[in-house]
Parts: sequence; C-alpha cells; structure tokens
Amino acid sequence: MKEKIGIFEKRNRYGIERNIDIIFKNSTLLLSSFVAIILFGIIIVVFSQSLESFSKYGLRFLTTSAWNPVTDEYGAFAAIYGTLITSIFSILITIPLGVGTAIFITEDFVPKAAREVIGFFVELLAAIPSVVLGIWAIFVMEPFFRGFFEFLHIRFGWIPLFSSEPTGRNSLLAIFILVVMLLPIVTSISRDTLNQVPQKLRNASYGIGASRWKTIFSVILPAALSGIMAGVLLGLGRALGETMAVTMIIGNSNSFSWSLLSPGYTISSMLANQFGEADGSQVSSLFYAAFVLMILTLVVNILAQWLVKKFSLKYE
Amino acid sequence: MNSLFYKNKSKRGITDKFLTGLSSICAVIAILPLILVVSYILFKGGTQLNLDLFLLEPNPAGYADPGGINPALVGTLIITSIATLIAIPVGVGGGIYLAEYSKGGAFSRFIRFGVNVLSGVPSIIAGVFIYALIVSTRIIFGSTYSGLAGGIALSILMLPSVIKTTDEGLKLVPNELRQASLGVGASMYTTILMITLPAAFRSIATGVILGIARAAGETAPLIFTALFSYYYVAGFDDLFYEMGSLSVLIYNFALEPYDAQNKLAWAASFILVLSILSVNIFARLVSAITNKTKRI
Repeated sequence: MKEKIGIFEKRNRYGIERNIDIIFKNSTLLLSSFVAIILFGIIIVVFSQSLESFSKYGLRFLTTSAWNPVTDEYGAFAAIYGTLITSIFSILITIPLGVGTAIFITEDFVPKAAREVIGFFVELLAAIPSVVLGIWAIFVMEPFFRGFFEFLHIRFGWIPLFSSEPTGRNSLLAIFILVVMLLPIVTSISRDTLNQVPQKLRNASYGIGASRWKTIFSVILPAALSGIMAGVLLGLGRALGETMAVTMIIGNSNSFSWSLLSPGYTISSMLANQFGEADGSQVSSLFYAAFVLMILTLVVNILAQWLVKKFSLKYE
Repeated sequence: MNSLFYKNKSKRGITDKFLTGLSSICAVIAILPLILVVSYILFKGGTQLNLDLFLLEPNPAGYADPGGINPALVGTLIITSIATLIAIPVGVGGGIYLAEYSKGGAFSRFIRFGVNVLSGVPSIIAGVFIYALIVSTRIIFGSTYSGLAGGIALSILMLPSVIKTTDEGLKLVPNELRQASLGVGASMYTTILMITLPAAFRSIATGVILGIARAAGETAPLIFTALFSYYYVAGFDDLFYEMGSLSVLIYNFALEPYDAQNKLAWAASFILVLSILSVNIFARLVSAITNKTKRI
C-alpha cells in the first residue's frame, strides 16, 4: 500500500498541477471523514434529544413498562424485552438452518450448478424489501399458523412462553419472519467462511479414516467457527434493529406479557408506530428508546468486527 | 479381508446419510420462503395491474375503486435519486481516499471500522436522526416532512455500501497500471480519474446499483421523514412537502381494513419486488459474465 503513494511522491510537481493534486487529495479526505461525522452525529443527536427523558426517568425507564402520554409516565421494558426475545429466538432458530444450508452448498452432495442456484436464491431472498415480507406475513403466514398456535397453547400452555390465548398478530410470528430475514445473512457468511477452509484439512481428515460428517463436525466447522460466529452476530444486530416486517406482524401492544402468543412490541416497532404523532416528553422518551437500541446494535456489531479481526482464518 | 469392503449399513454410514438428509432439508427450508413470497406476490399483485394503476392517485379509504399509485411510484424514483446523488459522490470520494491515498494509519483504519459500524446501524435510527436534524428543526426552507429529508435519510443507508465497493474495487486494480501512468508523466489525480477509476468501473457500478436497489425498498427511514402523500408530484416545489413512496404505501395500505387499499398495496409490492429482483439478477449476471471473460 505504501509503495503506491511512494512512487508518486518521488516526483516533484509545480504550480497548478501540484495544487490540483493537493486539493483533490484533501477533498477525498473530507468525503471519507463524512462517515465519522455521520456516525458521531447520530450518537450525539440521539443522545442529546433523549436527555430530557433520561434525567426524568433515569434507569427506571429500562425496567418499567408504563407508556402513558396522559399521565406522562414512560418506560420501555416491554419494548426492550420484545426486542431481545424476538432477536434471540430468531437467531437461535436461524443458526442450525443457515449453517446447515451453508454446509449443503459447500459440500458436493449435489452438482455444482444446483448448489450455485440455491446460493443465488438465498441471496435474492436478502434483496426482498422487509415491508414486502411484512405484507406477506400479514396475509399469508398469519392465517397459515393460526391452527398451529392454538395447538401450541392447548398442549404447551403450561410453559410461560405459550401461556396466553393466541391472538392474530403476535411475537412468535415476528420471530418467524425474522428467521426469513436472517437466513440469507447467516447462510452467505457461513458459506464464505466454509469455502475458505483449506482442502488440505479435509484431505487429512479423510486420510485418517474420518467419515464425511465426522470431518465436518470435528475439522471444518471448528476451523470456520469465528467466521460463522461473526455472521451470527451480524444477523443478531440486524434482528435487533429490524423494523418494518416486525412492526406489521407483532401486534404492537405495550402491555407486558411473557407469552410469545400475545401481541408484543420492539423498540424499532415502537418508534415506527409512535414517532410521527408524538409530542412533548413522549418524543424525548422515544429518542431514549432509540438510543438504547443504538447502543445494543453498536455493541453487537463491534463485537462481530472484533471477532473477525481477532480470529479470522490464517491459512496460507 | 472384511475391512476392505465399505459397509453401507454400518452405524456411521447411517449417521452420515441422516445428517446429509438433514442439511438438504435445511437448504429446502432456506429457499422455500423466497419461492413462496415471490410466487404469491406475482400472483396477487399481477392480477391487479392495469393502466390506471400507473396514472391515478390513490383514492381515500372507503372507495370501492382503489385508484392508482402514480404519486408513490414517482416519489420512490425521486427519493431514491436524491439518495443516489448524495451517496455516490461522497461514497466514491471516500472510497478513493481509503484505497489510493491512505497509508493504513489510524485514521483510515477508523474510517473502515466506521463504515462497517454505519452499515450495521438500524435503518430506523437513520430516520430518527434525520427527523431530529432536519424535520423538527425545519432547517431546509422551513419545510418539515419532505421528500428531500427522505432522500437524505436513505443516502445515509447507501453510503457505507458505496464506500466499501469503491474501496474494494480500486484495491483490485493492479499497481502496474499506476506505475505506468506515472511513467508517462501523469499526476496522482489524473491517474485516479483517468486510469484506476475506469479500470474499477464495473465492480463499483455493480455494487452501487445493488445499493440503489436495496435503498428503493427501504421503508423505516421514510415513515417520519418523507411521510406519505396521496397527491401527484406536480413540480419542483413538491420536493419540500410530504412525498409518497411505494414502500410506505405498502406499509400504510396493508394495515388498512379496506380491500381496495390492500389491492393497491399488493400491486405496489409487485412492482417493487419485480424491479428489485430484476436489477439484482441483471447486476449479478453482468458481473458473473465479465468475471469469466476478463480479468484485469
């Protein structure tokens, strides 16, 4: 990298040419620093707007679930619980599905052309806008799963997660639609990492008599673990902040319930629902909630990047 | 002697078969949603298509005749164009700095890190940010919700992907080209503008087009920056007022209890999905073909 500029610096230039060069360099420098400006701008603006609510409710905001514009009492516990529970359950469902698919398209079970088509389809799924998945979830998925939710409630109602009478739109549907959105992320990153595992490792494992799946579980997956983990964390970050499809299907209720079968709330769906009509200290409280969401996603994303840097595959 | 024969019925043979079956089921589940969603939207939205849809304004709730989605269609084109016009110069310029000028120091490492972090920021946060910065402060000629604010919010989401593709595209350009350019007396900025950028044009363009396609379907940053409008975009002034878009139309009308409005939402989904998928397929086909025929 250094050599690139070095060769140009060895030659002295004069007058206009030199000035244009300097101006051009500095303007690209300015443009690249926009990234940092925007990033800090977002953090500062969202934090400063939430100060009013922050000083009023403090950390109590995170643990109570009152949301009452009339009495001016706000707490985002239901939304934070909803955000965490939908993200965690959806990523837990996605991991085996996504990694399983990635294994299927990196091993040679089916001809290469077929594997490429599957990989291509998975990537196209990532291109479908979330609002379109939302309308599909409302009109197709919700009626389809209605009977299944009744069954869950009757058979497993003793588990707190299924303890409420199923309603039309609920958190479990949000989890299902999140799985659809996370699958492409986890699958494509896992596939890329699995492809990077050198053939030598595989050959050595076959050579000492391991079967194909013994090789996958004991050699290939451990070697690719960091990349897969990074993909999982990126997916988790996406799940935490995902807005449209979740807003359309989760039911949007701020009354707290352990049950996945009752309507819920996430921070992002709360923002999407209330931001347009809010005023007074409700706006500040929404900014506070947005700030919490941002910190959550920042932590998860930075963790993912650190993981990639720290444990990325170092094979020749 | 026996050990020379592969015992297919052995325990590990059966386990292997079972796990292979399991992973193929995963693959089927992974592509099932795409097929279900796309086929249902093509069927449900395709049956709503007619000429009026492209020409009329949507009717207010309660009418039996749904009207059309012209304002939303035009709005999406305008908002996405604004976002593109902002994101391309900033993103390509920033990418040029990272790939051509930076010496791998703390600043460039931080910017690369920032690009990754910014691409992970939830899209609704971009909307909240622009709301606080532009909509509530009325900083642009006193206008509140506007198509312009929506476009700016979308550009924040496009920026990381444009910088990244520019950075990576330029890094793939071999150093010999730069040395040859210096050899014939070109300065650094002529080299970048005339030699390295054109050489990386295809890969940058592919990435940018995919970024535009993704931005066109974004909803969350628009619902409280551009809001929504039932009326035609009549002139330049309308840039400073509420502006409709296909994605917000789908969101608003899918949640309405009226059948006529739901139909419009399906038709809008059809147009949005069809255009986004065809752009994606086209861009990937082009890059696959050029990758095979020509390596720089």
